[in-house]
Amino acid sequence: MEIAEKVKILSASAKYDVSCSSSGSNRPNTKGGLGNAVYAGICHSFTDDGRCIALLKTLLTNNCIYDCAYCINRKSNDIKRAAFTVKEIVDLTINFYRRNYIEGLFLSSGVMRNPDFTMQQLAQVAKELRTIHRFNGYIHLKAIPGASEESIRNAGFYADRLSVNIEIPSEQNLQKLAPEKNFKGILQPMNYLKTNILENKEDRRKFHKTPMFVPAGQSTQLIIGATPDSDLQILSLASGLYSGQNLKRVYYSAYLHVNTLESRLPALPEPPKVRENRLYQADWLLRLYGFGLNEIIDETHPNLDISVDPKLGFALRNPQLFPIDVNKADYEMIVRVPGIGIRSAKLIVLSRKFGKLGFEQLKKMGVVLKRAKYFIRCNELSANNIKDINPFQIRKELMSTTVLKRHADELQLKLF
Amino acid sequence: MNIFIYNGTFEGFLTAIFDAYEMKIVPDKIIPSETEYSLFPDNYYNIQPDKEKSDRVWNGLKKKISENTCKMIYTVFLSESAMEKQLYDFICKIFDTPYNIESNMGDANILNLRNMERKVHKEAVRMIEFIRFQKMADNIFFASISPAYDVIPLLIKHFEARFTDQKWIIYDLKRDYGIFYNLKETVQMTIPNLRVSHNSGQVSDEAKDIDENLFQSLWQDYFDSINIKERKNPKLQRQFMPARYWKFMPEKNRLR
Repeated sequence: MEIAEKVKILSASAKYDVSCSSSGSNRPNTKGGLGNAVYAGICHSFTDDGRCIALLKTLLTNNCIYDCAYCINRKSNDIKRAAFTVKEIVDLTINFYRRNYIEGLFLSSGVMRNPDFTMQQLAQVAKELRTIHRFNGYIHLKAIPGASEESIRNAGFYADRLSVNIEIPSEQNLQKLAPEKNFKGILQPMNYLKTNILENKEDRRKFHKTPMFVPAGQSTQLIIGATPDSDLQILSLASGLYSGQNLKRVYYSAYLHVNTLESRLPALPEPPKVRENRLYQADWLLRLYGFGLNEIIDETHPNLDISVDPKLGFALRNPQLFPIDVNKADYEMIVRVPGIGIRSAKLIVLSRKFGKLGFEQLKKMGVVLKRAKYFIRCNELSANNIKDINPFQIRKELMSTTVLKRHADELQLKLF
Repeated sequence: MNIFIYNGTFEGFLTAIFDAYEMKIVPDKIIPSETEYSLFPDNYYNIQPDKEKSDRVWNGLKKKISENTCKMIYTVFLSESAMEKQLYDFICKIFDTPYNIESNMGDANILNLRNMERKVHKEAVRMIEFIRFQKMADNIFFASISPAYDVIPLLIKHFEARFTDQKWIIYDLKRDYGIFYNLKETVQMTIPNLRVSHNSGQVSDEAKDIDENLFQSLWQDYFDSINIKERKNPKLQRQFMPARYWKFMPEKNRLR
């Protein structure tokens, strides 16, 4: 089979893994070596669906012994199968990298023979890149549940990031859709990696020459909308993974009905992209804005409000906390105002010691006054804030109509 | 009006500030020599770039403000957007205020500079993202660019750290100069009669390494296959990767 054909088949097979980030590692270049990793990550292109391309994301092979209902590569599907040789994948990575197309390689695979064998094959590619080609760019490998700890550990010394995908957010639904998998099997490599990453960090502090072990940490992916699991279940799982397993990122992937004959899964006309977006926003609030899970979602409202973003939703449910005075309030509170992001919150705190800030200055700092004006007070008097207007009125004014329409389109066929 | 004319270099600009202080003249405008100026009766001052004077201004700044803000001044200078007077006002403020005012974004002048810095910085980041090298027959990797601001000086550190074992050239077609890394150091250069397509940034097929077109086409195959058709979203794509960068990117420009 020609190399071009393999590229087409094996990257198309990998495209449903949404992660393509190259962040979290600042692996330096070595003398005579090729490349380095940049901590913040770099995107090199954006596909027609608007997703970032940072890495050469591909499978080693799309042959798989498993038969997961949601997966395009399951063994019962009649699709073209292909496999790269180690040399082919190494050549592609190096040649793409030297042309500044990519930050590195994201290698996954269907399960060949058994999980342990598959893990060893993935590690072998990373090993050749690092040792023979002295490649110091980013490498993300899949950790295959069921592989031996030794194989996973071996892979971890060559990779910047390892990830195990949970895919289905609840145990009983996972069992139904992927009979060969279970939560215990998935969490096992995660926990193993967590302990080893922590130990490695400690060792590196003490001994300078200790090799890096998975410096960019772990991530995972959850499929949204394939099962009836609520946003509360999904976000509880995610927040547990951030605190319990020290995960760097949880990715959310709107379910796409790829296996059209599969009756165990819903035939959504469109992937639920709006819901996916709201989950990412909530995830951001959890990780970067210091929100607690119960501030975003609770038992009485187990699903996120589709029509407003979760931060606005929080502000509308808690009118007693607002309006706040941007010239006095703490950073933690300023960053909770809808329309004020992390950058502008920092600028506000930096600048206000030189003199009181007014609306015009806030606007120039990047504050979206259209949203923020209801929730803040500054040097000037503001006409209408949340003390004067009913939260329902504000909600109506700020509701995203385009989003609502899109969401209605996504749901339409489902109802009939 | 007092108009200071300098030679367009950062050294010349800092000399202009030194001279303004020394002559005790407040410039109304500071412009690079190539700018056309009017015939109205203005006072023109031709600034002769002087390393010693510019170093004194720069070192004085370093003592008063953070490295970050020094870098901001240089970055804003690279915008080529007639920001010299605003930079001058800012620098005067730094020297004339007894306490440190660099982070006062309540000051419109300072916030303007910060916002311009952000734009220039973003352009540099986009170059780091979207530059595409072509391997040439002589093993040099060549990239054409045409950035909105003169960001080449901001790219050197990144590419020097990354591609140490290959020779490379990054060439600004708009400003007709580039940088060449020769495995030891990076030098500035202008290539006379450069034969590069201004529509695609591509060098001629004869000048390319034999596998260059193959890897470009594999990259295009990859770009197409990794896309999820059901999620098509051209608006989002343009937001992250504005169309003005596409012409030099083989995945978006298939003219070759």
